[in-house]
Amino acid sequence: MKLKNLILSATAISTLGLAASAETLTIATVNNGDMIRMQGYTDDFTAKTGHEVDWVTLEENVLRQRVTTDISTKGGAFDIMTIGMYETPIWGANGWLVPLDGLSAEYDVGDILPAMAGGLSYDGTLYAAPFYGESSMVMYRTDLMEKAGLEMPNAPTWDFIAEAARAMTDRDNEINGICLRGKAGWGEGGAFITVTANSFGARWFDEDWNAQFDQPEWAAALNFFVGMMAESGPPGYATNGFNENLSLFQQGKCGMWIDATVAASFVTNPNDSTVADKVGFALAPDTGLGKRSNWLWAWALAIPAGTQKADAAKQFIEWATSKDYIELVAAKEGWANVPPGARTSLYENPEYQKVPFAQMTLDSINAADPMNPTVKPVPYVGVQFVAIPEFAGIATEVSQEFSAAYAGQQTVEEALAKAQALTNDAMEAAGYR
Amino acid sequence: MATKHSRVAARVMLAPAVILLLGWMLVPLTMTLFFSFKKYLPLRGDSMANGLDWVGFENYTRFVGSSSFWPSVQATLVIVGGVLFVTVILGIVLALLLDQPMWGQGVVRILVIAPFFVMPTVSALVWKNMFMDPVNGLLAHLWKFFGAEPLQWLSQASMPSLILIVSWQWLPFATLILLTAVQSLDSEQLEAAEMDGAPYIKRFWFIVLPHLSRAITIVILIQTIFLLSIFAEIFVTTGGAFGTKTLSYLIFQRVLESQNVGLGSAGGVYAIILANIVAIFLMRIVGKNLDA
Amino acid sequence: MARAVTTNRKILNTAIAWGVGLVIFFPILWTILTSFKTEAQAISDPPVFLFFDWTLENYAVVQERSDYMRFLWNSVILAGVSTVLGLIIAVPAAWSMAFVPSKRTKDILLWMLSTKMLPAVGVLYPIYLLFIQLGLLDSRLGLIIVLMLINLPIIVWMLYTYFKEIPGEILEASRMDGAGLKDEILYVLTPMAVPGIASTLLLNFILAWNEAFWTLNLTAAKAAPLTAFIASYSSPEGLFFAKLSAASTMAIAPILILGWFSQKQLVRGLTFGAVK
Repeated sequence: MKLKNLILSATAISTLGLAASAETLTIATVNNGDMIRMQGYTDDFTAKTGHEVDWVTLEENVLRQRVTTDISTKGGAFDIMTIGMYETPIWGANGWLVPLDGLSAEYDVGDILPAMAGGLSYDGTLYAAPFYGESSMVMYRTDLMEKAGLEMPNAPTWDFIAEAARAMTDRDNEINGICLRGKAGWGEGGAFITVTANSFGARWFDEDWNAQFDQPEWAAALNFFVGMMAESGPPGYATNGFNENLSLFQQGKCGMWIDATVAASFVTNPNDSTVADKVGFALAPDTGLGKRSNWLWAWALAIPAGTQKADAAKQFIEWATSKDYIELVAAKEGWANVPPGARTSLYENPEYQKVPFAQMTLDSINAADPMNPTVKPVPYVGVQFVAIPEFAGIATEVSQEFSAAYAGQQTVEEALAKAQALTNDAMEAAGYR
Repeated sequence: MATKHSRVAARVMLAPAVILLLGWMLVPLTMTLFFSFKKYLPLRGDSMANGLDWVGFENYTRFVGSSSFWPSVQATLVIVGGVLFVTVILGIVLALLLDQPMWGQGVVRILVIAPFFVMPTVSALVWKNMFMDPVNGLLAHLWKFFGAEPLQWLSQASMPSLILIVSWQWLPFATLILLTAVQSLDSEQLEAAEMDGAPYIKRFWFIVLPHLSRAITIVILIQTIFLLSIFAEIFVTTGGAFGTKTLSYLIFQRVLESQNVGLGSAGGVYAIILANIVAIFLMRIVGKNLDA
Repeated sequence: MARAVTTNRKILNTAIAWGVGLVIFFPILWTILTSFKTEAQAISDPPVFLFFDWTLENYAVVQERSDYMRFLWNSVILAGVSTVLGLIIAVPAAWSMAFVPSKRTKDILLWMLSTKMLPAVGVLYPIYLLFIQLGLLDSRLGLIIVLMLINLPIIVWMLYTYFKEIPGEILEASRMDGAGLKDEILYVLTPMAVPGIASTLLLNFILAWNEAFWTLNLTAAKAAPLTAFIASYSSPEGLFFAKLSAASTMAIAPILILGWFSQKQLVRGLTFGAVK
C-alpha cells in the first residue's frame, strides 16, 4: 500500500510540470551485436538526459513472443520495444504505438533511408525508428572462386550461382559450394525461400488472397533450391539458420553464402573469421524476371501506446538512432562497427565508403521494394513476409513443411500440397476468402 | 485415533492447500473455457475491453480439423512413452550399478545426477549446438573419427534425438528414486536365493523387480506429469519441425505465433482432456501399486 | 543389498560406474571447458579438449554485458521463498492426510497432481491478463505465488509419503503427555521428518530454479531470474558457443554446487514413498 502511494505521488509530481524529472525506462531488445554494443553506451544517454535504462535483452524468438503478448494485452511492461518491419505497420494500424512525430530538427528524420522509413510507417506516419537496417546479398570466397576459374559478376543469376557452387564444392576437404538457410521458422528459412521464390516469379497470394503454392513457379523455385543444396550444400542444412551458416563460413567451409548484409562485418572480422581477407560481395541472384532474391528488414525502436514515459522514451529513440550515436560508435570502435542501413548520410560519409561492404549493402537495400515485391501483382506489402497478422503463424508452419522436404522426409510436391492446404485453411479462418 | 476433534482440525489444515490449488486450477480453466468459445484475435484488435464475439464450437472443430492435430497427439505420446521407456530401463541398470561396492561412490553419484540441475533451455542449447550439429557437433566428429557419415540428428532422427535429450535430463530423477528402492532390498533374501543356485536373471526377475515395482510406478507418474508439457526442448531444437510438434507445442503455435487465443484455448481444453485420459490410465496402474 | 565382494569385482564395478558416470556428466563438463575457450576454438575442427589457451574473456564479457548478480539474486529469492512458502502450506495439509485419512485422501492427492497437467502455454493469456489486473507483472511476489502453486502438489505428495512412515503410536504417546496439535507437529513430527523435509526443500528449489516458462513470460527487468539471463545468450547474431557456455556455467553453477553438498540428503529423502 505504501509503495502504491509512493508511486501515485511520484506520478502526481511528474504531471505537475516537472517534465525534466529523471525516469527509468524499461527497454526490450534483441541480443544482436549492434544492440549489445548500444547497451554499453547507455551511460552516454544517461549523462545527456538524466534518464536511467533497464535493459531486457532476449533472443529473437523469445523477444517476439514476449513483446507481442505484452502489447496485445496492454500489459505495459516495457517503455520501448525493439520490433521489426513486419510488426510495425500491423501494430501501428491497431493504434498500439506512439506515432514518432515532432522529432527535433537536428534528428533529421528525412535522413532515414526511404526504404526503411516506408517499411516502418503506416498510412504515412512513422511508428518506429530504424536502429539498423539490412538486406541480403551474396558473400563469396574470392580464393575459391579463382580456383574454380570463375568470376563473380556484380549481379549474378541463380544459374551462375548453382554452377559456381558445383565448381567450388570439394567434399573431401569439407568445402560446400553454397550455404543457405533451411531452418524452420518464418524469419529463418521461411524468409529465404520466400525471396528465392520472388525471384522465380512466384508469390504467396494472388489478388484474391488465394494461396499460390500450387503454381509452377513455386515448384520451380523449391526444386531448384533442393537440387542445388543436395549437390553443393552442407549436410543437415535443413536445421541451419543464420548462426549455423555463419559458423560454417567463418570456418572456411562455404564457397558462397547468401544472407543478411550485416553478416558482412562478421565474416570480415579477423578475430572470429578464418577467411576474413578472402571475402567478396555481390547482389542477391535473380532469374532475369526483374526481381532479385533479396529481402528488406530493419530492427527498430517503438514506443507502446499507454506508457507513462513517452517523452523520455522519445528522447531515448532520438539518441539511439541519431547521427551522433553513429559518430560515437565510429570514434570508439571504427566505422565498420556502426549500425548500418538506417541513414542516407552514413552512405555519403567518405569514411564509411571505405568499408568494403558499404556500397553493396546500400545497393542491396535499394534493390528491395516492399511495395512491389513480386513479378506478378500481389495484395500485400513486404518482401520476405506478408504484412498481415496471420502471416507469422502460417509461414512458420509452411516452412516446417519445407524443412521436412529439405531433410528428405517428404517430396517437394508433398510439401507444397500441404503448404497450399494449410495456408488456405488459415486464410479462411481469418476471413480473407 | 481419528477423533471428531482431530478430524475437524485436519480439514482446517488441509483447507489452505486445497483452496489455493482449486483457485489456481479454476480461474485459468474458466477463462480458458470462456476464450475457447470466443473469437479472440489480439492482432486484429480483439480485446476483453471491446467485447469478444461468441463463435460456439468453431474453435474446437477447427483445432481438431487441422492436419497437425493427430500427428501432434501422436508425437506427444511417442515422446512421453519413449522417455519413460529409456529412463526406467536405464534407471534400473544404473541403480543396480551404483548400489555395488566401489571406490568413489559419492562422486559417481554426483556425476550421474548432475544433469537434473541443468535448466531445460541450457541442456537443449548445449545438445543442439555442441553435440548434434552435423558439422561442428562433437558427435559428428566422433562419427567421422570412426569413418562413418555423420548423422543429421535433429532433422533425420528428430524424435530419437529429442528423446535422448529429455531422457538425459530425467534419467537422474529415475535413478535416484530407484536407487533408494534398491538400497532397501532385503539382502538376506537375495543371498538365500543365490545359495539355492538361482541365476542372476532369475533373482532379478523374481526378487529385485517386484521390489522395485512401487518405485517404478512413482517414476512413471511424476515424470509423465512433467513430460506432457515439455516445451523448451522442442522450441530450442527443432522449432516443431520434422514431426516433433507435440500438443503443447501446437497450442503455443496457435496462441503465440498465430495469435489466435480462442483457437489456442480450445487446444488447451483438448490438452487437459488428453492429460486426464493419461491420468486415468496411470491411476489404474498406480491404484494397484500405491496404497495412498 | 551391499555385500562383501572380492577386490577384482570391486575394481570392475568402479571402472564401469566411473565410465558411465563420466559419459552422463560429459555434456556439462564440455560446456564448462568450452566456456574457457575463444569463440574460434569453440568450433575448431578437430575439437580441442584440454590443450588450448585458457581464457576468462567470456566470463568478463558476460559480466560486463549483464548484471549477473541481479539475476542470481532474483533466482535465489524466487526459488527460495516460493519453496518455503509451499512448505508452510503443505506441512499441515500433508499431516492431516497422513494421520487423519479419509476415504477421499487418495483422490485429493491425485487431483492435486492433476492440476499440474494444464499446459502452461494454453493459459498464458488468462494468467497474463490476471497479472495486469492485479499489478503483479514483473514483480517477485507474483512469480513467487505462481512458482509456489505449480510446485505445491509435489511438495504435498513428498511430505505425505514421509509422514506416512512415521508410526502413529509415537503421536499417541505424545498426545497422552498432553501435547497439543501445534506441539505435536512442531516438536514431535517435524523433527522426525527432517530428512524428508530437507529433500523436499531441495527438490522443489531445483524445480523452481529451472522453471523457464513463467519466469520468462511474466517478467521484464525487475524480477527476471537466471532463466531470462540465459535467454539473452542463446543464438544471437555471430558466434556464441563460448559465451553461451560461460553464461550456462554461471546459470547452473550455484545449483550444481548446492546439489553437490546436499546430494546425500537428496538421495536419502527422494523416495516419494517408493520404499516400504
